[in-house]
Amino acid sequence: MSSTPVLLDNAQTQARSEVLKDKILPAMLAGMLGLSLLYAAGFAETAQLHNAAHDGRHSASFPCH
Amino acid sequence: MFNLTTFRELVVAALWTGLLAGLLLTAVQQIQVIPTLLKAEVYEEAAVVPNAENSHEHHDWQPENGWERTFFTAVANISLGVGFALLIGSVMCLRDRPDNWRKGLLWGLAGYLTFFVAPSLGLPPEVPGTEAAKLADRQSWWLITVLDTGFGLSLLAFALTRTNKFFGVVLLAAPHLISAPQPEVHSSVAPAELVQSFIIAAVFANAVFWLAIGGLMGQFYKKDL
Repeated sequence: MSSTPVLLDNAQTQARSEVLKDKILPAMLAGMLGLSLLYAAGFAETAQLHNAAHDGRHSASFPCH
Repeated sequence: MFNLTTFRELVVAALWTGLLAGLLLTAVQQIQVIPTLLKAEVYEEAAVVPNAENSHEHHDWQPENGWERTFFTAVANISLGVGFALLIGSVMCLRDRPDNWRKGLLWGLAGYLTFFVAPSLGLPPEVPGTEAAKLADRQSWWLITVLDTGFGLSLLAFALTRTNKFFGVVLLAAPHLISAPQPEVHSSVAPAELVQSFIIAAVFANAVFWLAIGGLMGQFYKKDL
């Protein structure tokens, strides 16, 4: 009887780490990649990047200039 | 380690989505966005008074008008497309992958409201040569509005209790109650019709862009049945 909660706990911990590995980590990594791309294309103030992406930034209505 | 297959599926779907949506946006921009920008630039250049803040831009490299400029705009559009698709895909992965492209359109609509409509209510799309508040202030307001709207919309869509849904509405309204940073005097060297025409063009182009991102992610990143 006393072992049931322990077993449940183990199962829960395992399920949680599966969710972490299968969903949370891949999603966070993809999200960070996305943010870096958006930063470079939309916000970085380097003059060359700004000038190359100028029309795209105006079109997307990002604060520009 | 983490599940590499999930990550790869998401990234591949986002790359295709961003490529196609970015190319589509580039085509749509040729209808009204780009012609309006180019017209506004003529006014901007005619009105240019050399000052310390703007002068650096004119000495640095910039793409030649014509194909070169269009090419770099396409690259920027595709990068924005892939970036947005990665963000929306990561939320789909956490929440629930869409069943089909029609479900994807709803995600696209949410992205459009979050990243374009909400910030544009306070800071409308601008042609070059428009007087605006300090860039850093506008960027902060933009970022806060986007985060706030995204969170508010997800509460409104997914929260289980009425109280939390109501809280979502409060979040949606909050940045507009604070109101966006505005310049001391509103003015633009471009005539008012150009300013208006650019807003309409951007509203339309971004709607197409976001519906394409949502629909394509719905197709490329749908649930395995």
